Amino acid sequence: MTRPDKRKIDETRKIEAKAGIIPRADGSAMFKIGNTIAYAAVYGPRNLYPKFLQNPQKGILRCSYNMMPFSGSGDRVRPGSSRRSREISMVTEKALMPVLNLEEYPNAVIDIFIELPQTDAGTRCAGICAASIALADAGLVMKSMVSSIAVGLVNDEPVADLSKEEEDIEGTVDIPIAVLPRTGELTLLQLDGEIKKEDLQKAIEIGKKACLKINDIQKKTLKDKYKQVNKDV
Amino acid sequence: MYENQKQHIINFLNKGLRFDRRKLDEYRDISLETGVSKNAEGSARVRIGETDLIVGIKLELGEPYPDSPDEGTIMVGAELLPLSNPEFESGPPRIEAIELARVVDRGIRESKVLDFKKLCIKKGEKIWIVIIDIVTINVDGNLFDASALAAMAALKDAQLPKIKDNKILYKEPTKDKLPLSAKEPVAVTVCKIGDYLIIDPTSEEEKVIDARLTVAITKEGKICAMQKGGTTPLSAGDIDKMVELAAKKCEELRKYLK
Repeated sequence: MTRPDKRKIDETRKIEAKAGIIPRADGSAMFKIGNTIAYAAVYGPRNLYPKFLQNPQKGILRCSYNMMPFSGSGDRVRPGSSRRSREISMVTEKALMPVLNLEEYPNAVIDIFIELPQTDAGTRCAGICAASIALADAGLVMKSMVSSIAVGLVNDEPVADLSKEEEDIEGTVDIPIAVLPRTGELTLLQLDGEIKKEDLQKAIEIGKKACLKINDIQKKTLKDKYKQVNKDV
Repeated sequence: MYENQKQHIINFLNKGLRFDRRKLDEYRDISLETGVSKNAEGSARVRIGETDLIVGIKLELGEPYPDSPDEGTIMVGAELLPLSNPEFESGPPRIEAIELARVVDRGIRESKVLDFKKLCIKKGEKIWIVIIDIVTINVDGNLFDASALAAMAALKDAQLPKIKDNKILYKEPTKDKLPLSAKEPVAVTVCKIGDYLIIDPTSEEEKVIDARLTVAITKEGKICAMQKGGTTPLSAGDIDKMVELAAKKCEELRKYLK
């Protein structure tokens, strides 16, 4: 069984990434996979107001995931948060939190804003990949990068990086994951669809491998930014 | 609060200079790119200096207003994303965003660049609604000029999708463009600081201006919308000079609209 766009089962769509795209942010990145584009900006650690939200024990991480009004293939997306975007913001936060030393920033907040100018499939994963580059670009101490991809079962075969077309096939199982490449641990795991345990295992293995490749791209993206800086100097 | 900063900027202007070595009536580098978001019916990205924003067009079907049964309409929204500036907060659009959207809306609507009658599909029943959304990526001043330029470019980029059984088939664009005329408005904002008039302010300069005047001008050279901002009154003489400067500079912006 071949995939609709002829990719191999463990092959991702084409990836491009760039760090430092938003000069006003403390750190920022663009991550493009296929036709999905995510921008991420990191602000902070900065003072958190109103004051009662502050935690004297450790800093707070706040994520916001948002689709631009014209980014979807159907009707206009109404501005403002939806139940979907709030849930994705929350799981993104949890996917990134384990790599930060929030104890270092008592009373402060780190804000991550993820915006999608163009969406196809795998937006939350692209958002996490962009945010991870942006956090590193902001110079924050991180235990690891976070790499993310959607895996799943398409026509009963475990595959990496589902396209929109594949998502829409009857019986497809969609499993977005985020991986800490250094340890292979997962920080995001969602699933919808029906799947056998063995297939889930296979899909996650494929996803972990894809994440290692994404991690290489993320690291290269950060290095490339400084190559450019060196040239400018 | 910004008094020292203002004095410093005025000291520079006294020497005919700005912090970034520009002349008073000089734009920063401008770039314009269209087709930047594939799912939008039309889109454009404008960069002026470090200001960077995207305008996307979505088309929807709707019913006409009772007082204009044979006309389609436009809707302009602006989101000053917290991603684009540390000073912006999440939440519903604040007055700055609302003003920006309304000024861009007026420039387009009043120039009559878009033929609302041709946006009517069936009189009294069905019309096209052209939704123009402005989103900021990085903010360093002069959102008015950048947004108006990007909105015009995005309108020119837009392609009508097919309609079948009263539904839009977004994935099947036709070759048809929006019913645009050659009037193509662009907006130039002239700012007054002390006795000086400058254009294309950075965020730093915007904080200390006394007054601003945004002037939208059609290709024929007619003024089609204006908005005064800031708290200092303007004399008739000030306004003459500002409009004159805007009329001169709008041609520079127009070059980017192919």
